[in-house]
Amino acid sequence: MVTYLVRRLLYAIPVVVGVNLFTFALFFMVNSPDDIARAHLGNKYVSEKMIANWKAQHDYDKPLFINQARQGVAKLTDTLFFIKSIRLFAFEFGMSDGGRDIGADVRQRMLPSLMIAVPVLLLGLLTNITIAMLMTFFRGTRVELVTSVMCIAMMSVSTLFYIIIGQYVVARLLRLVPISGYSDGWFALKFILLPVVISVVAGIGSSARWYKTIFIEEIYKDYVRTARAKGLSELKVMLNHVLQNAMIPILTGIVVIIPLLFLGSLLMESFFGIPGMGSYTIDAISLQDFAIVRVIVFLGTLLYIFGLILTDLSYILVDPRVRLD
Amino acid sequence: MDRANQSTVFSLCRNVRFWLTAIAVALLVACDGRAWNNPYPKSDRDDGVIVDYASFDSPPKTLDPARSYSAPEAMFNAQIYEPPLQYHFLKRPYQLEPLTLVAMPTVERFAKNGELVQSNEREVVETRYTMTLKPGIFYQPHPAFAKAGAAYLYHHLSRKQVDGISGLADFTTVGSRELTAADYVYQIKRLAHPDVQSPIFSFMANIINGLDEFHDQLQQVKAELKQTNSSQGFIDLRQYQVTGVKVLDRYRYQITIKGDYRQFIYWLAMPFFAPMPWEADQFYSQPGMRQKNMVLDWYPIGTGPYMLAENNPNRRIILERNPYYHEDLFPATGEANDEANGFLKNKAKSLPMIDRIVYTLEKESLPRWNKFLQGYYDNSGISSDSFDQAIAIDHHGNPQLTDELKQKQVRLYTSVEPSIFYLGFNMKDKVVGGDGERTRKLRQAISIAVDYDEYIHIFLNGRGVAAQGPIPPGIFGYQSGQQGINPIVYQWRQHQLQHRSLTDAKRLLAEAGYPAGKDKLTNKPLVLTYDIATNGGPEQYAQIAWMRKQFAKLGIQLLVNATHWNRFQDRIRRGRSQLFFMGWNADYPDPENFFFLLYGPNGKVEHGGENASNYNNPVFDQLFRQMRSMPNDNKRLAVIEKMLAIVRQDAPWVWGLHPKTFLLSHKWNDPVKQSSIINGTLKYYSLDPVQRSLARRQWNTPIKWPLYLVGMLLLSLVLYAANAYRKRERKMVKRR
Repeated sequence: MVTYLVRRLLYAIPVVVGVNLFTFALFFMVNSPDDIARAHLGNKYVSEKMIANWKAQHDYDKPLFINQARQGVAKLTDTLFFIKSIRLFAFEFGMSDGGRDIGADVRQRMLPSLMIAVPVLLLGLLTNITIAMLMTFFRGTRVELVTSVMCIAMMSVSTLFYIIIGQYVVARLLRLVPISGYSDGWFALKFILLPVVISVVAGIGSSARWYKTIFIEEIYKDYVRTARAKGLSELKVMLNHVLQNAMIPILTGIVVIIPLLFLGSLLMESFFGIPGMGSYTIDAISLQDFAIVRVIVFLGTLLYIFGLILTDLSYILVDPRVRLD
Repeated sequence: MDRANQSTVFSLCRNVRFWLTAIAVALLVACDGRAWNNPYPKSDRDDGVIVDYASFDSPPKTLDPARSYSAPEAMFNAQIYEPPLQYHFLKRPYQLEPLTLVAMPTVERFAKNGELVQSNEREVVETRYTMTLKPGIFYQPHPAFAKAGAAYLYHHLSRKQVDGISGLADFTTVGSRELTAADYVYQIKRLAHPDVQSPIFSFMANIINGLDEFHDQLQQVKAELKQTNSSQGFIDLRQYQVTGVKVLDRYRYQITIKGDYRQFIYWLAMPFFAPMPWEADQFYSQPGMRQKNMVLDWYPIGTGPYMLAENNPNRRIILERNPYYHEDLFPATGEANDEANGFLKNKAKSLPMIDRIVYTLEKESLPRWNKFLQGYYDNSGISSDSFDQAIAIDHHGNPQLTDELKQKQVRLYTSVEPSIFYLGFNMKDKVVGGDGERTRKLRQAISIAVDYDEYIHIFLNGRGVAAQGPIPPGIFGYQSGQQGINPIVYQWRQHQLQHRSLTDAKRLLAEAGYPAGKDKLTNKPLVLTYDIATNGGPEQYAQIAWMRKQFAKLGIQLLVNATHWNRFQDRIRRGRSQLFFMGWNADYPDPENFFFLLYGPNGKVEHGGENASNYNNPVFDQLFRQMRSMPNDNKRLAVIEKMLAIVRQDAPWVWGLHPKTFLLSHKWNDPVKQSSIINGTLKYYSLDPVQRSLARRQWNTPIKWPLYLVGMLLLSLVLYAANAYRKRERKMVKRR
């Protein structure tokens, strides 16, 4: 397994470099360093001298990939790509183009993102699996029909609608929780309650149907028939046999996103005023802050690769037949 | 059910009960016995202090007064920093008055031979402003001023010491000192500092004597420091001199500017010219401070009525009363109706009247609006989403509050912004530009066809005024009624402004050589390109469709080039556009700040200036030079009228609109006169926290029965499922 892990980590290096290169190329295809300088200097009274000064101060005056003016290795190292990217691998995120320390901001914003994302994942998983199991248990009855129709209806509604209706009904009409905001400590609970509930409810439609499909596939297999023949109750069959065997496809979808929870939710954080990574990303894109964008993409890539490795490892836990060699 | 299953179900039930109890307890702790939806923690409550609750929709990019140049930043900076001058809070048109000065600056103009110029007859080559400060003004408490004897406590911190600090609150000792003239001079030098990147440096380099040379000198100093590998980030600007900026003594300083730029005095009311103590620069330049985000961008040091108590631009910003704020009183006089409108309720009272302002980051308009309705924000603007909930238009077309807001006794204030949004023609373009009769008539025809009254009605819910020229209402030179109309687009009939008919536009178009929108020579339809910066929002697509429709009225085909802001700017800069949509927000309340957008030597393509249309009319330029150095009197008005007549005739812009701001204020706020030019207004605000507290309690009693209903519904579902399960289990047994 160690060999496998080392191999996977080595594979990750070209992937991370490639994604970094791709992001860099894409960003600079849309924005020139002059554009970035103008975005930061404002729209009024900006002169060429100021732009040149800004670029020099932020290393945007360097060539993108190859510095013909330099000799030897410096041709590659004294470039914008190298200067802006190489430090990422040492987790030195540097300063944003707006002048804030990115590492400090990331550390500060991860917790609020997790405060929403972790309960949503856990509660969502619990709710969706429960509903899916009930639908499987009541398969062929009116209960399944009604639940399926409701799931399809819930799938068809956009998340934004859930947010607006949730805020209007729960926070404005019923006045049960604050409409938006965030706080530290226990007080944060009343801010995260509504976004968590809305996220869980918004995810029920698609996830419950997906899990039901997995359970239905399992329920007609021989081992289930054997378990029933042994006289096990349906609850035990479902929980101890069907659920366990359905874990592989469920884990494939779940474990990979666990590390990405750090990156937060763009829509939820924006509407609920949660100062997390999602809103950080949106702000960085709108402010054309390349320094932040590349850090977010870098972190996203790393976390995704980490998630894939975790997924592989989790297979060992749920399926003894799997060997990672 | 067998015993094993029963025990599983009971265990589940026990767990559910435990978690429900735990959640209920946690919620009770979080709710703290107050309204459940109160978003403010206990620490923010107004126990004994008066707190104002406000919001901001985007984090400020910087609070450094030398760099900050946007409204969201001015909202904070103008309360913290004190430039030498301010606008009188109540008088209109706007009047400058001393803020930290004992009197208005003395202004001396000099001719080429160095003689003092007394009248407008001689050419002025240099103007000198001398400012005298009030003694006894002190800075807010700050660790940069902390001393042990004569030595500064925190000016030579090691990297290790800085690493152990997470914010300014970690510095146990703070200090203060008296404001001196040298601090104002220091800040002007900062405008030219290459590392500061002040947005007005290039502009001021052409105004203030020696500022450009000073910038070059600092560049050289920086390069030398780099060569010697000096790690010292602090360049002590006191050691270098700007020829046009001098400290005369402890309380007096002097600025000498090139020529006769009379609008310079307005700049002295902006935070760019606020004082900066050298101690702040030295303190924040220490290694490791930037990595902690402890920089002037985020931790300002001022002498103003408020100081920054908490700066978390990702969540909230808190301002608190500056304990060392100097004596400042609410104006005792205002305009004729100010007393009747309640704007003088606090006259002669000591400022500021509010102790703390809590700004919460609120990116979306709907939550912000709902919180205002619940009383958690004291004031609110009105977004398009909530316009119908707030405003009903009466039979006369006037905006009125809806019944819901009337019941809450909310006040509505409206004011026209000192801004203009316009449709510009690139005067360098062969088809629409130039000063020929043909292209002028084409521009005039388009000016009539594009109906901005309709635009205001459709897209702004009536929140705008159709522009008659570049000058917005409230700025000297703007005239309402018949005198102020643009006769090319409007006519005055039966005491009313009336848009000219499309027939007039079509006639002009035919005279321009495009009858029915087709080129008379080639018989091909006239196709024009319209550049607009877009954010991709659905409303913008509707606006683009509307614009196409305006041109279609004349048979002109409009190709729309909707791009992102960078590309849009690039096309304007290179003169590649034909028609474009743009706006301008006034820096100061003077017509010069709008006319200069049409001044030839400010042309975007040739000079990189702000004249995006590249309009160039020598007669207009001559009048502009004359007008900008005149005082606001009838003579100046006459010149302005001539200038307006020229630009209306030439029509380099379809004049567009001046946006109107609607502000809603809760009953517990004292009436406040609105101003779009004055930013440092918070010190004039006052409110009744008891009344607010009562209203909040009344408006936010939680409705709990749906909670019980949902709980019962869930319980019923669980019971139903359990029952169904039990029946099914039994059924299976029977079958076996």
